[in-house]
Amino acid sequence: MNNKKLEARHRQAVKNWLEYTNNERPLIYVGAGSCGLAAGAAETIDAIEAFLKTRSLEADIVRVGCIGPCYLEPLVDVKMPGKPRISYSNVSADGVDRLLEVFFEKNEIHKPHLVGHFGPEEIDGVPRFFEHPMLAPQVRIVLRNCGIIDPENIDHYLARDGYRAIEKALRMPWKEALETVKNSGLRGRGGAGFPTWRKWLFARETESDQRYLVCNADEGDPGAFMNRSLIEGDPHALLEGMLIAASVIGASKGYIYIRAEYPLAIERLRNAIAAISDLELLGEDILGSGFSFDITIKEGAGAFVCGEETALMASIEGKRGMPRTRPPFPAISGLWGKPTIINNVETLSTLPNIFRNGAEWYAGYGTETSKGTKTFSLVGKVRRTGLIEVPLGTTLRSVIFDIGGGLVKEFKAVQTGGPSGGCLGKEFLDTPIDYENLAAAGSIMGSGGLIVIDRDTCIVDTAKYFLSFTQSESCGKCVPCRVGTRHLVDILKKICMGKGEMSDIDKLEKLCAAIKGGSLCGLGQTAPNPVLTSLKYFREEFLEHIVNKRCPAAVCRDLIVYRIIKEKCTGCQRCVQVCPTGAITGPRSEAHNLDESKCIKCRSCYEICRFDAIAGDAIIIES
Amino acid sequence: MTDDVFVQIRREFKGERADLIPVLQKIQSIYDYLPREAIAKTARWLKISENEIFGVATFYTQFRFMPRGRHHVKVCLGTACHVKSGEQMLEVAKRRFEIEPGETTKDGEYDLERVVCLGCCALAPVVTLDDKIYGQMSVLKLQGILDEQQKT
Repeated sequence: MNNKKLEARHRQAVKNWLEYTNNERPLIYVGAGSCGLAAGAAETIDAIEAFLKTRSLEADIVRVGCIGPCYLEPLVDVKMPGKPRISYSNVSADGVDRLLEVFFEKNEIHKPHLVGHFGPEEIDGVPRFFEHPMLAPQVRIVLRNCGIIDPENIDHYLARDGYRAIEKALRMPWKEALETVKNSGLRGRGGAGFPTWRKWLFARETESDQRYLVCNADEGDPGAFMNRSLIEGDPHALLEGMLIAASVIGASKGYIYIRAEYPLAIERLRNAIAAISDLELLGEDILGSGFSFDITIKEGAGAFVCGEETALMASIEGKRGMPRTRPPFPAISGLWGKPTIINNVETLSTLPNIFRNGAEWYAGYGTETSKGTKTFSLVGKVRRTGLIEVPLGTTLRSVIFDIGGGLVKEFKAVQTGGPSGGCLGKEFLDTPIDYENLAAAGSIMGSGGLIVIDRDTCIVDTAKYFLSFTQSESCGKCVPCRVGTRHLVDILKKICMGKGEMSDIDKLEKLCAAIKGGSLCGLGQTAPNPVLTSLKYFREEFLEHIVNKRCPAAVCRDLIVYRIIKEKCTGCQRCVQVCPTGAITGPRSEAHNLDESKCIKCRSCYEICRFDAIAGDAIIIES
Repeated sequence: MTDDVFVQIRREFKGERADLIPVLQKIQSIYDYLPREAIAKTARWLKISENEIFGVATFYTQFRFMPRGRHHVKVCLGTACHVKSGEQMLEVAKRRFEIEPGETTKDGEYDLERVVCLGCCALAPVVTLDDKIYGQMSVLKLQGILDEQQKT
């Protein structure tokens, strides 16, 4: 395909997009990303289809990607002909009929569960979707298409200026294109924050008959799902970004290394690759520029360490995913000894925006040293959970309280950077999020997981959790990482069981230093971060476990008891019915007894009392 | 492993060293685990020792060397799920099936796995039963789902 043909194709796509947005048949959008499906979107779609069928109504159902507020899933939007698209939250299968009846039979706007509309006009009593408190403070650049377009339809991407950026990049000499990336200030979004242009220059300047581009989509951080959502919602943005990167560094072969746990994202990528192969945007002599490129998907087989670039390359080569020493850096000698650039999904997906709108425009967002926007997965004990995008330099307070709507209980800490990051307490709430500030606090940016923790979460237990994770994911090459993390876990377990001694704190700190200094790759070097930060900022909580044998958050199982508050208990017997060990006894209408020796702390009675019992809150967990 | 299946697999790949992991993934997608015999055949074909193949396969959590149960229960223990009591969900499943994660019930009906992050963190805690994802689980909800499943 040449530029002329692409131009014609663009015109066709815009026409199709206009037909789609000025729909003659009602359109029903369902958020069907992995999160939507987990919330029951598949059943909701079945219910919508059943509704249409039984009433012989005609409408099109579009499965869109995640638009961000996962806590509102399943999101269903209705767009009647000539009317704007209106979004509804938490539409479970049994709520479908009520919602659609109002639109299809009364021709009115349904009010319950209303989130907002997407139109330009003012509608009485219907707010705008993007003015929702979770969305208003965000700047959506890389997520601009997510939840808006049909990710399976390339026309939608094309109509929103898709594949314009690669056209532009191919018209530039590579040095000018590299300059654009440099001026944008883009830094690696995978965590380390290395300037993207500099890495590219190393690869470009290394003489070689073959260079490789690898997209790292091995999103292994537990608690992070930005890359998954991005690929599910807008796969073409990643592919266009890969085309741009490959054209600048002179790579003719690309790999996407993606977790096998993301089947939907893999499927979307396969479809998108097939679509652009048909348009000859992959293959030989792309757009008549002489640049050739093709992409292979490599499914990761489940190893966290493969997020590290040298381990990832070993895995692509069909070996155990174990890191090796650097230098040589992959940009000089990577896959099969050839110059290889490994970029994260978000880094690559940002590129089309930079080339379309200009480097200065992108650099207008963010701080002096950290330019642009960053996506985060905001999860944990925050009211509004989901996928967000904000300019770098936004404070943690603004993210957690403005966008996230705060917590139900008191804020305790936020974990950034996953198992390689740290737990930051409330003294950091007004810290602007950027690479330098997070590193100074002892954490890292990481790929962008933000896990909010309240007073019901134990810091020692959380540190133990992260260390158990890195311990089991350590590849075993470096002794300090392999053996050291094991010892860290053992000491933390001991403290959680109430058997800790004061000398353990000293041991933890010494071990952490040894592991940091004696490990080859990022996994080992950062593994102690959760322990070090929590010791630094939450030392009292460790002391409470060691000295008073108490867990203030009432989490550590060996230090807690379940108790019935006699005055509150109405004797409704619900807890007696669910207790698996017969630890709770007592006749109806009289306060029940809980036999501690029989109690296995399974939480069943606690839950039923809170949600289902007559009294509620009569069972407490305390330390 | 029948020869037909293996011929089919050989046709799909070039037979290079880099094909090892995709080939193992393919074998597992057919048999649901890696039979010993299939590894032997792969070794001869790719000219790698069986030893080395086991070395690679055991490095990655995806590969299994024993058949699984007919139904698969996975409990997510990613960070968000951990913070929201995912551990308790694992306890429910362990008690129910009387097995540890990584094991299969004696009747071959269920296997249990603890996984690290399914990427549905906003809906934590998450449990999957076969291909269905259940979000915002609680001890009682999970018990209900397993009751329902075991009835059928």
